[in-house]
Amino acid sequence: MQFNRDELLGAYRRMKVIREFEERLHEEIKTGEIAGFTHLYAGQEAVAVGICDQLTVEDMIVSTHRGHGHCIAKGCDVKGMMKEIFGRAGGLCKGRGGSMHIADLDVGMLGANGIVGGGAPQAVGAAIAARIDGKGRVGIAFSGDGACNQGTTFEAMNLAVVTKVPAIFVFENNHYSEHTGDAYAVGTNKDIASRAEGFGMKAWRANGCDFFETYTAFAELLEYVRAGNGPAAIELDTERYYGHFEGDPQRYRGKGEIDRIRAERDCLKAFRAKVVGAALLTDDDLDKVDAEVIAQIEEAVAEARADELPDPATVADDVYVEYY
Amino acid sequence: MAIMNIREAIVSTLHAEMERDSDIILLGEDVVGGNGTAGGPEAIGGIWGTSPGLWEKFGPERVIDTPISESAIIGAAAGAALAGKRPVAELMFADFVGVSLDQIWNQMAKFRYMFGGKTKCPAVVRLVYGAGMSTAAQHSQSVYAMLTAMPGLKVVLPTTPADAKGLLTEALRGDDPVMYFEHKTLYGVKGEVPEGDYRQRFGEARVVREGGDVTVIACGRMVSFSEKAADKLAADGIGMDLLDLRTTSPLDEDAILESVEQTGRLVVVDETPPRCSLAADICAMVAQRAFSSLKAPPQMVTAPHSPIPFARNLERAWVPSPQKVEEAVRRVLAFR
Repeated sequence: MQFNRDELLGAYRRMKVIREFEERLHEEIKTGEIAGFTHLYAGQEAVAVGICDQLTVEDMIVSTHRGHGHCIAKGCDVKGMMKEIFGRAGGLCKGRGGSMHIADLDVGMLGANGIVGGGAPQAVGAAIAARIDGKGRVGIAFSGDGACNQGTTFEAMNLAVVTKVPAIFVFENNHYSEHTGDAYAVGTNKDIASRAEGFGMKAWRANGCDFFETYTAFAELLEYVRAGNGPAAIELDTERYYGHFEGDPQRYRGKGEIDRIRAERDCLKAFRAKVVGAALLTDDDLDKVDAEVIAQIEEAVAEARADELPDPATVADDVYVEYY
Repeated sequence: MAIMNIREAIVSTLHAEMERDSDIILLGEDVVGGNGTAGGPEAIGGIWGTSPGLWEKFGPERVIDTPISESAIIGAAAGAALAGKRPVAELMFADFVGVSLDQIWNQMAKFRYMFGGKTKCPAVVRLVYGAGMSTAAQHSQSVYAMLTAMPGLKVVLPTTPADAKGLLTEALRGDDPVMYFEHKTLYGVKGEVPEGDYRQRFGEARVVREGGDVTVIACGRMVSFSEKAADKLAADGIGMDLLDLRTTSPLDEDAILESVEQTGRLVVVDETPPRCSLAADICAMVAQRAFSSLKAPPQMVTAPHSPIPFARNLERAWVPSPQKVEEAVRRVLAFR
């Protein structure tokens, strides 16, 4: 895979925006200002960006409870997302959805989902629509090693194979479904891709902590699906840096585990090492992006904090398009 | 006006609407039938015969036989609706809502609200419901109350061929998720159906009888049972206002209140157990909003608090009967 300078800078920037967004939320949540459940995506950025960088706005993704990364990578407005998580009127969903229910259909983001495994059948439905339209669009379900155990995911994989629609199942194995390890919960010896193969799909496997490996594997997959070969799956081995939810004490982690994965499996560090090592970009190039992204997130937080609260009089608006 | 039964009204409406709008797709178990068999696609149009000819006319991309995977059927419909289509998902038995409930009420019902009013989910779920064929506890239920209780869904229950057409057309042209209930004993009910473009607005109850002495509210099969009771009562000079709700969400509260304000006596007939039922809901609404008009305690005619039995005589004992409606009417009239 060859990337030009702009593509590399863009990919790095998007991963950095996700990382900074999540690291900043981790700090903001401690103040108690942000309500409800927040599930941070930090550590998994190479997956969202390695995949979504190859999609168009016409392609449709469904996401998970850990969806901020997918939203940003697919093109949702970062300020709108921050306002949403702060529960503000100017939020992407007017404060109705919050962290777990961010969506923007204009950019092909069909919704994060508070129900583990809730999205996979919807991606198949999007793929059914895509095939009828005949424009080469695809429907993608992001699922984790938790959702891979849900019956909905099995049903969705089978329906996709049976109907031969352009659906893609992306399994992000961060090794923990809530507080339970994949060694325990994923019965196929931690191997999720083999389940997709069991349903009759071609499946890829890649290191989800490496942007380039993720990108390359997904490029092959995407070409295969866009060519009309039916659905396919990919399992990415990745890491989450924080708990299942913010506030999770993570007693299930091994000693020094988080320090180790941050040191050895960080997708931003790996990206930097590769592109600087190959003299494609310089440390200065990337440091400049870092500074710009930090300022961007600072501004997003400030604007979110300053934004109005939703009007309680609107609490029952937008339930129906029309109701008479 | 053409004379046809409810099944034929549904089939002809699906044909006409799919012809008119290429975004409409149909998916469900055996909506074609015979795929993957030596006999080949049989295209009988499902075990209820409600989709014949669609697969031949509109092809396998728009008329999709699914595996027995109710969550995937409803979930795929939800996703296709977000992606710009107008899916019709068929649940062979409404009881299978239990298998697919997450996709109905955590997903399609809530997309628009959760996403800040910027999306729509124009999916129609067709649910075959009701007792009367000895299909027992898992294939006979009338699960409309639980779906009526869920904001974001619309719930419709046609009882005539004209309404079957009008309500289905309205569902397919609207932009909200609609639960379209088809009573399995009513498919053969015949009647006049308006030709051409015919839509029945939701939230408008059908005035079946105007009698003035008592208000009877019913939906589904309970409408015809109430009509039978009305005939008996008429012989004794008792006049019944009978409303067929047509839709339980939205609910025509005005029509209910208007009649109760005149009669002062209310009977609600509901083919479900009584607790948290539509009947209870309507009685509560009337008690709250028309208390001063009431001349007698409202009566609910419902099934008992039990699952639905198999044996013919037991099932008949379970389902509210015309006789029970008649008795309830006499009770509210006798109250002084």
